Amino acid sequence: MLVACHDCDLLHHLGVIAEGATARCRRCGGLLRRRRRNGIERTVALALAAAVLFAVANAFPFLSFDMKGQVTQTTLVTGVLDLWRQDMPEIAALVLATSVLAPLLQISLLLYVLLPVHAGRVPWQMARAFRLLRHVQPWSMMEVFLVGILVAVTKLAGMAEVVPGLSLWAFALLIVVLAGAMSSLDPQEVWERLGVRS
Amino acid sequence: MSGAPRTGRAASCWTCHDCRLLCRVPAGAAHAARCPRCGAPLHARKPGSLERTWALVIAAALCYLPANLLPIMTVTSLGKAQSDTIMSGVVYLLHHGMWPLALVVFVASIFVPILKLVILVFLLVSVRRRSRWRPAERTRLYRVTEAIGRWSMVDIFVVTILVALVRLGALATIEARSGAVFFGAVVVLTMIAAESFDPRLIWDGCEEAEA
Repeated sequence: MLVACHDCDLLHHLGVIAEGATARCRRCGGLLRRRRRNGIERTVALALAAAVLFAVANAFPFLSFDMKGQVTQTTLVTGVLDLWRQDMPEIAALVLATSVLAPLLQISLLLYVLLPVHAGRVPWQMARAFRLLRHVQPWSMMEVFLVGILVAVTKLAGMAEVVPGLSLWAFALLIVVLAGAMSSLDPQEVWERLGVRS
Repeated sequence: MSGAPRTGRAASCWTCHDCRLLCRVPAGAAHAARCPRCGAPLHARKPGSLERTWALVIAAALCYLPANLLPIMTVTSLGKAQSDTIMSGVVYLLHHGMWPLALVVFVASIFVPILKLVILVFLLVSVRRRSRWRPAERTRLYRVTEAIGRWSMVDIFVVTILVALVRLGALATIEARSGAVFFGAVVVLTMIAAESFDPRLIWDGCEEAEA
């Protein structure tokens, strides 16, 4: 099969790639293709786990803050609501998009495309959904949010007691699981499976 | 080197940006070509890549100053109000002995955005001058730029979490300030700028010089 490197446009003849192997451009080192063992099945399983963890992470407070007996708690969405109330709609929208909506869309699109593909069917508007997934990915920033939590907690440590909640652990696990789902996905394999059936 | 074409463009074969299928493009239908597999519009190179990246880089650079000079939040504790810029947040962490975190915030919020802008300007200028200097290293530099941009969001998230946690009426409140808006704009603009740049332009300059 003839492919061109996405980063430098050099043409390559790509033969059959073994499971677990990676093909790189010989001129610029760009990724041509990476295959995983049971890639689609593994991605589906991890995406399902991510969906459950996402629900838990958003349903419960992830931090509570105790200052002289007065307690406040925060979920992912309350921070956004407070910014909105403080007349910061741009920042509220940016935080909502990068910490809640993009990850939600990412998980939903993974399941929407891969569950039917796994069962040998083509979902409605598959190409559009799968393309959208690629565009959403850079805007899903939960791991950056976790570092933000770490910094915020450290800053408040001298001021009052900060207690991590259940959903913080779900959130941390979600980051690992979703990263695993994305790295075991080989888009080429998805397109090839569809090509055979349609 | 002569004989068989080395690049997709030389062979009139364009790679789909979305599904990466290599598509043969007939000479006449080039402007309206779409990927037969996924339906995305096809281009030999990202259209208007240099102009678009320049515009976004300049816009981001203009936002970079207010993002660093204006306060990003105001802490009111027991009636005393204090405004924080990004840099004063770093200094606060340093003063309290938390230098690993100070380093994280400094790198993510101050160093990475300026590094991204400098690298993108360097790449834009080197492509314009058809430079043949170390194309593989420049391509790697581009990949790094694309990957690190998201980490600049750390401080925006810190402000969000502080605002949500500290709202105890008379005891203490934290409010977001306009510096945060400019800072968010810098992050978003530099991310889109990196996405607009087409690294294949780096190699086109070398191909032309060889031909």
